[in-house]
Amino acid sequence: MDRRSFLTKLTLALSAGIGALVGLPIIGYLLAPLVRKPAVDYVDVGAADSFRTGETVEVRFRDPSPLPWAGQLAETALWVRRRAGAGASNEFQVFSVHCTHLGCPVNWRAEAGIFLCPCHGGVFYADGTVAGGPPERPLYTRSWKIDGARRLLVKVEPLPTVQTKDS
Amino acid sequence: MRRILAWFGERLELEDSVLEVLRHPVPAALERPVGWWYVFGSAALAIFIVQVATGVGLAMTYVPAPNSAYETLQFITHDATLGALVRGIHYWGAGAMVVLVLIHMTQVFLFGSYKFPREINWLSGSLLLLMTLAMAFTGQLLRWDQDAFWAIVVAAEQAGRAPFLGDLLARLVVAGQNVGGATLTRFYATHVFLIPAVIFGLLGLHLYLVIKRGISEPPVVGELVEPRTYRQRYADLLRRGIPFWPDSAYRDAIGAFVAVVVVVVLAFVFGAPQLGEPADPTVVVADPRPDWYFLGYFGLLALIPARAESLVIIGLPTFALLYLFALPILFPTGERHWSRRPAALAVVAIPFIGYAALTIASLQSPWVPDLSANARVPDAVTASLPANEKHGAQLFVDKSCFACHQIGGAGGRRGPNLSDVGARLPRERIVQRILTGGGGAMPAYAGSMTPQELDDLVAFLESRKAK
Repeated sequence: MDRRSFLTKLTLALSAGIGALVGLPIIGYLLAPLVRKPAVDYVDVGAADSFRTGETVEVRFRDPSPLPWAGQLAETALWVRRRAGAGASNEFQVFSVHCTHLGCPVNWRAEAGIFLCPCHGGVFYADGTVAGGPPERPLYTRSWKIDGARRLLVKVEPLPTVQTKDS
Repeated sequence: MRRILAWFGERLELEDSVLEVLRHPVPAALERPVGWWYVFGSAALAIFIVQVATGVGLAMTYVPAPNSAYETLQFITHDATLGALVRGIHYWGAGAMVVLVLIHMTQVFLFGSYKFPREINWLSGSLLLLMTLAMAFTGQLLRWDQDAFWAIVVAAEQAGRAPFLGDLLARLVVAGQNVGGATLTRFYATHVFLIPAVIFGLLGLHLYLVIKRGISEPPVVGELVEPRTYRQRYADLLRRGIPFWPDSAYRDAIGAFVAVVVVVVLAFVFGAPQLGEPADPTVVVADPRPDWYFLGYFGLLALIPARAESLVIIGLPTFALLYLFALPILFPTGERHWSRRPAALAVVAIPFIGYAALTIASLQSPWVPDLSANARVPDAVTASLPANEKHGAQLFVDKSCFACHQIGGAGGRRGPNLSDVGARLPRERIVQRILTGGGGAMPAYAGSMTPQELDDLVAFLESRKAK
């Protein structure tokens, strides 16, 4: 290797080093939030017996560890249905509000017993199965459990997409 | 004054740099009326500069955090001196960018200017189109109202349909597990730093190549692009050319001036778009719709059959991109004039007509159910009904039939108009339809209606005989 080609390679290597020294921390900084797990598994959405049998209601809860500037975005809404005549293991159904078509919020129409999506008219029955319109899969469900004090706890989960496995 | 300017000109070596570039020769044919077709690129550039200037102005006040973005935009729109005008210019300028870039590309495409040796001009221009659309989309989200919030969710859901990478892409869109505190700051940084940086780089390349490769001469029927001879022929053409500045540049100035005047006048007359309700994930009343230039795509998503959906959502943009990028590689030579390229005319006309039709469909949005809280069958319909039919009319609203079916000129238009259903269908068919649903869109009501309710609702529907 002559002097000139050595200096060429040295210059390129040093430039690449500068890029790596600064670039890698930035990439890590930007990607970290995508893989961060929520701090808590389950959040309390109310006393289990405050939900009336046979009814479906919207529950709202606050992200247990929101970014300080998140404001209203720290809130999440879910649909909770307490089933009539069901055993302890399937007493509740907790649905994401997101339509399985494109994510718009489904509205519970209590009198009609259906969830209706305002965007493209997706319809789901009370148990979350598809009743009509563009959605191809039932409403996304969330895991839940009831603690010793009969509080309903709902699992904190990321935004569901069509590839999300049902819980 | 003249001497001061001459001193700066000499010390800055302007004669050999800027002025030389400005005076570079362009084909003499651009002096003919056809030269007016060449103004759209510079008009788009002018609007881009307007966007940078107004964007910097808006950034002086806008706070990109979910707990204050909405309020600062309200302040800009209603309280800040000239704030509504600056925001209005930025908004109308965004639409103008999309329109001008598309016109510019269409002209370049129909003139065959993307062919040898200007392939990279086309590729960099295609990337600039992408960046323009990305700016338009990210900009709308910064309004941070309900539409913006749900548009992010819908964007993430679409990204989520990508094979293999879906969930990761969806998380990238929302910058985390859910739309939250990090989402807006990411979109803001993307909108004001990342994409503009890419645009500046691409613009540099694009303009450098325009100067180096020269502006393409207006196409002549029968004159083919032949890589072995083209450069020589073009060099000959330039020897008889005219200086860009000012012989041709004055038209660009006029084009840019008109574009900016239109944007400012629109901003002055119509102002900035009204903000919707503030973003709130717990308010499940939403009908997010994009700004007018994206409405066609919005309509497409609503109208494609469910089974083709993932294919269209992922496949169509991918195909359009591949087409744009492959075009100059696949067809670098041959005829340039549009009258000898019927396929090229179809490539322009079909998407344009299709998109226009989708936009019109979206303005009416018959697929959107009517979920308004005060929905009711018009009094003119219910006034003279017997009690059971009146109850049926009430059920028609309560059971959400009204959300998708019209009666008496009111109601949703997603399903068939039922104003004359009594004349069209026998009782059994009406009953069957209510109980079992069908048509792919209608739920079955067998499980949520008592026999009495069914009787009254059917009695009401049977009495609907005329539109």
